[in-house]
Amino acid sequence: MGSITLEHVNKTFGGHQVIPDVSLEIKDGEFVVFVGPSGCGKSTLLRLIAGLEDTTGGHIKLDGVDVTDKGPAHRGLAMVFQSYALYPHMTVRQNIGFPLKMANMDKAAAEQKVNDAARVLNLTDYLDRKPRMLSGGQRQRVAIGRAIVRQPKAFLFDEPLSNLDAALRVNMRIEITELHQQLKTTMVYVTHDQVEAMTMADRIVVLNAGRVEQFGTPLELYKAPANKFVAGFIGSPKMNFFEGAAAGKYQAASVGVRPEHIRISRDAGDWQGRVGVAEHLGSDTFLHVHVEGAGLQTVRTEGENSFNPGDEVWLTPDPARIYRFDGAGLAL
Amino acid sequence: MARAVSMRRKLTMTVLVWVVALIMFFPILYTIITSLKTEGEAAAGFSMLPSFTFESYALVLDQQDYFRPFFNSVIISIGSTVLALLISIPAAWAMAFTPTPRTRDVLMWMLSTKMMPAAGVLVPMYLIFLNTGLLDTLLGLTIILTLVNLPIVVWMLYTYFKEIPVDILEAARMDGATLPKELVYVLLPMAVPGIASTLLLNVILAWNEAFWTLRLSTTNAAPLTAFIASFSSPQGQFLAKLSAASVLAILPILLLGWFSQKQLVRGLTFGAVK
Repeated sequence: MGSITLEHVNKTFGGHQVIPDVSLEIKDGEFVVFVGPSGCGKSTLLRLIAGLEDTTGGHIKLDGVDVTDKGPAHRGLAMVFQSYALYPHMTVRQNIGFPLKMANMDKAAAEQKVNDAARVLNLTDYLDRKPRMLSGGQRQRVAIGRAIVRQPKAFLFDEPLSNLDAALRVNMRIEITELHQQLKTTMVYVTHDQVEAMTMADRIVVLNAGRVEQFGTPLELYKAPANKFVAGFIGSPKMNFFEGAAAGKYQAASVGVRPEHIRISRDAGDWQGRVGVAEHLGSDTFLHVHVEGAGLQTVRTEGENSFNPGDEVWLTPDPARIYRFDGAGLAL
Repeated sequence: MARAVSMRRKLTMTVLVWVVALIMFFPILYTIITSLKTEGEAAAGFSMLPSFTFESYALVLDQQDYFRPFFNSVIISIGSTVLALLISIPAAWAMAFTPTPRTRDVLMWMLSTKMMPAAGVLVPMYLIFLNTGLLDTLLGLTIILTLVNLPIVVWMLYTYFKEIPVDILEAARMDGATLPKELVYVLLPMAVPGIASTLLLNVILAWNEAFWTLRLSTTNAAPLTAFIASFSSPQGQFLAKLSAASVLAILPILLLGWFSQKQLVRGLTFGAVK
């Protein structure tokens, strides 16, 4: 079991309020991603759950039991750090076995568990090496091995993939998702990368300046963003926003349209503009169009198209996919 | 061309380093040479050629007990080092891993005590030692050497501990390690090189400390510094004997330094490069 409940949790660092007031309910077995721009408090929130930071106020419960005043060693959670945080003076075997040693587990049983974890993570051949002799991906696996070996109530991941190169990151993303499907243990995962959030999460918590902007499934966030911040943060490329007259037409302070929901034509449409930069990705092309009175807007089109920089074009949004926001940025 | 320049540069550097090293080593070398002369030769003036006699050593060892001050030196330098480490490991751990806004000030304050001339507090210290019965005891000297070197030990350990990523200690906490286990299984093994060189340097500093050891001891607790001093004053100038006594006093620490020079250099330059 591993449900995590935050009740009015807040955190102040030397007079500076990092987390004003957060309440969350993470269900047992769920994969929840905290996402937000850097400095939004997502790592702090994770460290509060871990017990590495003390809360200033509020309560944290694991399986309904209040653990607010318990230290990290007594919460039964496992954490994977961005820097891997392996013990440099221990071999891979000792690193993975360390939590079992701390729990005073019987030596033979511990050995068996370490071997099992190593097999799952393809580390069997590296068990007697020191961390400095491993590649980044292997170190990350050791860190994960150290986390899974003692079957924690929940896993906490603090930007675990940001030190890896792009190709490896995609592989590890899939491995972690598969691991979650196998273990069915609660996972809380912090990242600033909304692609990681969208692809891995059961539910996403979007954080901004320590506040929860929205908590929902990836598609809920994509289809029904609660406010302009979530609308702009989720989705790649970013949602386009129109203000002033263009928005007034829809009785809103501002409207947003995703690049994939805009039709582009040479002859007719709602907004006129000129193609600036064209980014060819092969499968898709992102056209950056200068629209009169609305600035630069992004349009997603098929990979092979006939538009070139400098072309005069017309843009038409899909009327069913227009998001309207009031003056405060809340969805209408 | 570039190669010729770099060859010449290398040669100049080599010669320069040798010259500097020889200048620095010369007093010790001349002490050794003088100790191998007869008293007559030693008084005759500058000469690099001794008659290689060991009579001064024989006289020194005959006249004074060498082993008692030697063991006193061993006890007070090792004792004060162990005591200083026991105090400063937790202190440095606290300052490195749970710093407060005042941590820097506390460190500076500790270091500032080293800037004060020791002579300034000689009389009060002497009186304290006199009144507490610590005068001329090994315990007294161990305490004073611990206090004298404590700021340096705390600073060195603090610098080492700062190099250890906090993440690793936090990982240990997440893995279920309580504070004592975190220190024993994670922090100390990672800090072993640092603690070892701190220990070595402190033993050397304590061994060589002369100001306090000479003034707060007379006979019972007198270490090797007092052993040397006893050959200098009242009997007039016996340079060969004085030199032989000095060589006997510095020999153990010279050997220790020689065999641990790698550790020592690493310790002294730690954090300076990179």
